[in-house]
Amino acid sequence: MNKYVGTGVIKSDAKALTTGKPVYTDDLAPADCLIVKVLRSPHAHALITNINTNIAMKVPGIVCVLTHEDVPQCRFTMAGQTYPEPSPYDRLILDRRVRFVGDAVAIVAGETEQAVDKALKLIKVEYKVLEPVLDMRKAKDNKILVHPEESWKSLCPVGADNMRNLCASGSDSHGDVEGTFAKCDVVIERTYRTKQNQQAMMETFRTYTQLDTYGRLNVISSTQVPFHVRRILSHALDIPKTQIRVIKPRLGGGFGAKQTVVTEVYPAIVTLKTGRPAKIVYSRYESMIASSPRHSMELTVRMGATKDGIIKVIDLYTLSNTGAFGEHGPTTVGLSAHKPIPMYGKQEAFKFTWDVVYTNTLSAGAYRGYGATQGIFAVESTVNELAEILNIDPVKMREINLVREGQVMPAYYGETATSCALDRCVERVKNMIDWDKKAKPITLPNGKIRAVGIAMAMQGSGISNVDVGSVTIRMGDDGDYNMLIGCTDMGTGCDTILAQMAADCLDCDMENIAVYASDTDVSPYDSGSYASATTYVTGMACVKACVELRDKILLTGAEMLNVNVDDVDFDGQKVYVVADPEKFVTRKQVGYKGQCFSNRELAATVSHSSPTSPPPFMAGAAEIELDPETGKVELIDYCAAVDCGTPINPNLARVQTEGGLVQGIGMALYEDVIYDDRGVNYSNSFMQYKIPSRLDINKVRVEFESSYEPSGPFGAKSIGEVVINTPSPAIASAVATACGVRIRELPITAEKIVIGLKNK
Amino acid sequence: MAKILISFTLNGKKIEDAVSPDQPLLEYVREKGCKSVKRGCETSNCGLCTVLMDEKPILSCTMLAVRADGHDIITLEGKQQEAEEIGLFLAKEGAEQCGFCSPGLIMNIIAMKNELTNPSEDEIREYLSGNLCRCTGYVGQLRAIKAYLASKEDCQ
Repeated sequence: MNKYVGTGVIKSDAKALTTGKPVYTDDLAPADCLIVKVLRSPHAHALITNINTNIAMKVPGIVCVLTHEDVPQCRFTMAGQTYPEPSPYDRLILDRRVRFVGDAVAIVAGETEQAVDKALKLIKVEYKVLEPVLDMRKAKDNKILVHPEESWKSLCPVGADNMRNLCASGSDSHGDVEGTFAKCDVVIERTYRTKQNQQAMMETFRTYTQLDTYGRLNVISSTQVPFHVRRILSHALDIPKTQIRVIKPRLGGGFGAKQTVVTEVYPAIVTLKTGRPAKIVYSRYESMIASSPRHSMELTVRMGATKDGIIKVIDLYTLSNTGAFGEHGPTTVGLSAHKPIPMYGKQEAFKFTWDVVYTNTLSAGAYRGYGATQGIFAVESTVNELAEILNIDPVKMREINLVREGQVMPAYYGETATSCALDRCVERVKNMIDWDKKAKPITLPNGKIRAVGIAMAMQGSGISNVDVGSVTIRMGDDGDYNMLIGCTDMGTGCDTILAQMAADCLDCDMENIAVYASDTDVSPYDSGSYASATTYVTGMACVKACVELRDKILLTGAEMLNVNVDDVDFDGQKVYVVADPEKFVTRKQVGYKGQCFSNRELAATVSHSSPTSPPPFMAGAAEIELDPETGKVELIDYCAAVDCGTPINPNLARVQTEGGLVQGIGMALYEDVIYDDRGVNYSNSFMQYKIPSRLDINKVRVEFESSYEPSGPFGAKSIGEVVINTPSPAIASAVATACGVRIRELPITAEKIVIGLKNK
Repeated sequence: MAKILISFTLNGKKIEDAVSPDQPLLEYVREKGCKSVKRGCETSNCGLCTVLMDEKPILSCTMLAVRADGHDIITLEGKQQEAEEIGLFLAKEGAEQCGFCSPGLIMNIIAMKNELTNPSEDEIREYLSGNLCRCTGYVGQLRAIKAYLASKEDCQ
């Protein structure tokens, strides 16, 4: 019986966080840090022909001003991915060519913010302004190249070609695609568009750097990927990896944004050049115009089905806009097909083709859902459109098609659905929202229309055959434990849930385990917290490490008792002789034995990597109220049922779900990055880029329909990402049911609905 | 720029100081060690920097430090007991998450409790609408706030 796993334990950092203790990056930075800021390009595409820093350097308090002439000339990627990164090496810290409005032109460091702000205005830059490529539909094979440079390189075979503005391209299929289409009673083709979205974590990007006793560069950063930061900085700065240490304090949210090395290079190069501590704290403005948002995509879905609604074949073409640089471009696009298509279990064939293009817009990156969100909007919306054409209820459509436990998923790398409660999720959500009663829209006395919509989603649990999670657990004084991990708790609670698992594995109280994360000098290697990996991958490393330590405890205890190891057991408090339980040594005695005349370290470090990435599944249903006069949509109720395997901490799993749904609702209804025709990003503050406020959210209800994943710790899968995927298609479907207007480009604004109504 | 002499109380402590006329109260109190006060935007949208001035919640990002002259300023450092109490209700729901918005939110919850009697769900949402949170989706926080207010009700 588990004492902690499956219970809503309070997070171990809760008290520090809620009482406002100084535990975040900027709270910890030394007071004498140089302030670092970046001068940004006003042009979407230009070459710097001259840059004069003489006057700026004369501002009192300015310590250094760096330009493209002062930085190493080896290209790198800022994408926090396992080496060799699929993202092309297309960046310099500062480049002579600027590629989007907001691209870095110069770095200024000074004693005070005022001095730095003044110096930024006094740098004289002359540009040769070039025509930009702003429309992703025109980018491929355009004569204007975003990356014409010879030093551009792609380390992996992802179909990249900088001479064609291609960050990646390719195709994949299974079965007889055209033959299956020919046999279908109905074939529909629809094109959907999703926009860039900002993660908008409350703590913007920030980093401080300093040299330690050994002259090594210490980087304290709000990052999800400390180990990747170390490697990437070594590439960017052209210094050995041994010269860099990266520490992650508490994070004020990440959502994928901090899986890209957005700010680290700037103070790092200042500290290397000056020898002084340096820090950069992005303003919200910079976090909106020079960050790493979701890739905007255009997805064309061709779907074939029988007249009874059996979906036989899906053909998807995804055009993805990676923006000025290729961070996460080659990998996000894959999820646009690999997550939505396998949910339909009766297909005989599928095809997926993709192009990821460079444009002179904000460089995209990783955002919760990572391409799956875009693909699920397109495919789930197509299923809803198909249901309407066939006059089949959208819930029924799913019930007759959905993938079930034990089925092989050809569009998901041929993996078997080893744990899957998608059928139960759909059933649960149907009941929660009272679907059968509400399936038909109702016009209220005030003229507004109530309607419901549904969608399903899946994601992965870590990157199969790639992600590595590691845990070191060791016994020390009093027989208590230290657990070192390299994953990164960004509010998600992994420091706590891994301790829940360890305490149950070792039959002790959570108070007996001290957790520390994460520091590249101290923590065992971890890819980092992204791709919904931590609970599933690092969680399994935790279980394995505890098993290994338990063996050492048994061995040491048996030696102390002068018996064979097969004759003893460990109940968490003592190692005892099974045949004679009165003969025992306490955990405390074992712990101190490890510190006195011992040749056995009472510690275990175990890495874990998985050949599969078992998907969490869910269903979501939206109930909206639409005003046909104004097009305004109010979300009345959102119901979700989630299969994340075993919820290790149901409270944290619930809040993950609620938070993800609300981010998805923002994406569905109003979040949008808008550019003008010169590539200037207008969505540069919370005034222009609206995220949901407390007033926008009514009822959000979450239930769990758990399966048991045999390859996961305590049967767990992931939850962090899957939860953002259903709101866009579910709300779009509810809008179509309410007023007959299909919105195929996010966000679903009142304006688009009114235009749709007028054009009907 | 010539500094201006001000005199005010910060978390119960009398302070006389010469401050820059262009410095926001937010940066000033952080310099004084009140690191609970966070900045999440530059447009008075997020509520992370909420502090109390004469018991009323204000956004310290859009108030100059000189305007604290003659007033009583309280940050979360001066409300540790309440922070711990309200924080526990948030934590029981898992609704503190990354914690970055927690100090501003808790300051406003304290102000709301002083100002409103038995607020309805809509009144709570309205009062706290200026406190953005990107992690929780607000519903867990609402459960926590209602539980906290109910517990205070029981005490009265």
